[in-house]
Amino acid sequence: MTNYTVELNNLVKYFGRRLIFDGINFSFSSRHIYGISGPNGSGKSTLVKIIANLISPTRGKVIHKNNSNEIEPFKLHNQIGFVSPYLFLYDEFTAEENLLHFSNIRGINFNKERSDYLLNELKLIDRKNDLVRGYSSGMKQRLKFIFALLHQPPLIILDEPTSNLDNPGKEKVYTLIKKESENNLVIIASNEDTDIALCSQVIELEKFKEQIDR
Amino acid sequence: MKAYSLFKKDWQSELRTRYAINALAMFILVTVSVIMFSIGSEKITEYLTGGLLWVVIFFSAMSGLSRAFVSEEERGTTMTLHLIAAPSTIFSGKLIFNLLLVFLMNFVITFLFAILFNSFIIKNFTLFAIAFLFGNIGIAISSTIIAAIISKASSKGTLYPVLSFPILLPLILTLLELTKHAMDGNSISSSFVEIAVLVCYDVVMLTASYLLFDFIWEE
Repeated sequence: MTNYTVELNNLVKYFGRRLIFDGINFSFSSRHIYGISGPNGSGKSTLVKIIANLISPTRGKVIHKNNSNEIEPFKLHNQIGFVSPYLFLYDEFTAEENLLHFSNIRGINFNKERSDYLLNELKLIDRKNDLVRGYSSGMKQRLKFIFALLHQPPLIILDEPTSNLDNPGKEKVYTLIKKESENNLVIIASNEDTDIALCSQVIELEKFKEQIDR
Repeated sequence: MKAYSLFKKDWQSELRTRYAINALAMFILVTVSVIMFSIGSEKITEYLTGGLLWVVIFFSAMSGLSRAFVSEEERGTTMTLHLIAAPSTIFSGKLIFNLLLVFLMNFVITFLFAILFNSFIIKNFTLFAIAFLFGNIGIAISSTIIAAIISKASSKGTLYPVLSFPILLPLILTLLELTKHAMDGNSISSSFVEIAVLVCYDVVMLTASYLLFDFIWEE
């Protein structure tokens, strides 16, 4: 069983002259669900993007470790599953073609069994050969979950995971999140009470910012 | 292999969306037609035809090759690529795609010049083929890295030719010289310096591109 950890060491982020957050120190570890909450503009998405190595912090460091071995930033992409409203898949391909291309580009074998299992769990199996262009926003959101989970990453980052989902979709996603957290590290950035209720520990960015302001 | 998979994804996507192919085909068609109309029944010299060939190639590259990165940025899929591959894989995949596009584009342009312009006569075909091969590689490498730079900018359309001009100028000048030599029927050994410059340009651009791409790709 792998033990994946992420350490945030004194993270500071500015956009231009605007301070987003300052001095975040935190440690995440496997088999937990962590939450990041705060009002709009508090830096939730910025923080998860920094954790996923999509953007760089102004100062500070994010250290990813798998069984105490530090992972180099350019090898992180196969360790992370990421879902967010600002992530887009290829509209001109079908759901299965998207998943096949992603697996090939990642350099891993396309696991059709797992793909079909996830498509079935998220009620997309009957539409897997339809172009993503014809999907509703809720279906696209469910496909993003399959994109994030297909390669069985030890770190799953979910930014507003239930946006565009109906109630049955939310329930299904919550079940999947709980199941994934049995072996993996899950980080959820959200303002939804039901999303945050899944988390064992929550970073409140607003309170944190108040501390900085003082 | 990962880069090849990215190229396959891009090529399949291109065949379905015709993002770059349509732009290139229309540009080539319009440019060659305009040249034909402006020349009319006048006779133009061999050297001028050779010059026009590379001018058409240069501007065609401007119109279509930036799509490799710009289309990802416009569709919002840049972050998806960030999440699935290392920067070197992305650059390699996009470079293979642009190489294929440049070779296809330049074969069509050269073929059109060969059948439409009587003064387009190549006496040393091997020399022209060498210039064509290394020239296309140089254009593909330069266009790919410039496309990566401008994809983040707000005024992509104007920035691409502006950035390309100083970077591609040494390449185009060398290619013009080599085409002149090929039209004169000069031997390969007498054009050694120009060929060496061409190969060096490709090597320098490829090395610099791989070194710089990590910084360009990082936000």
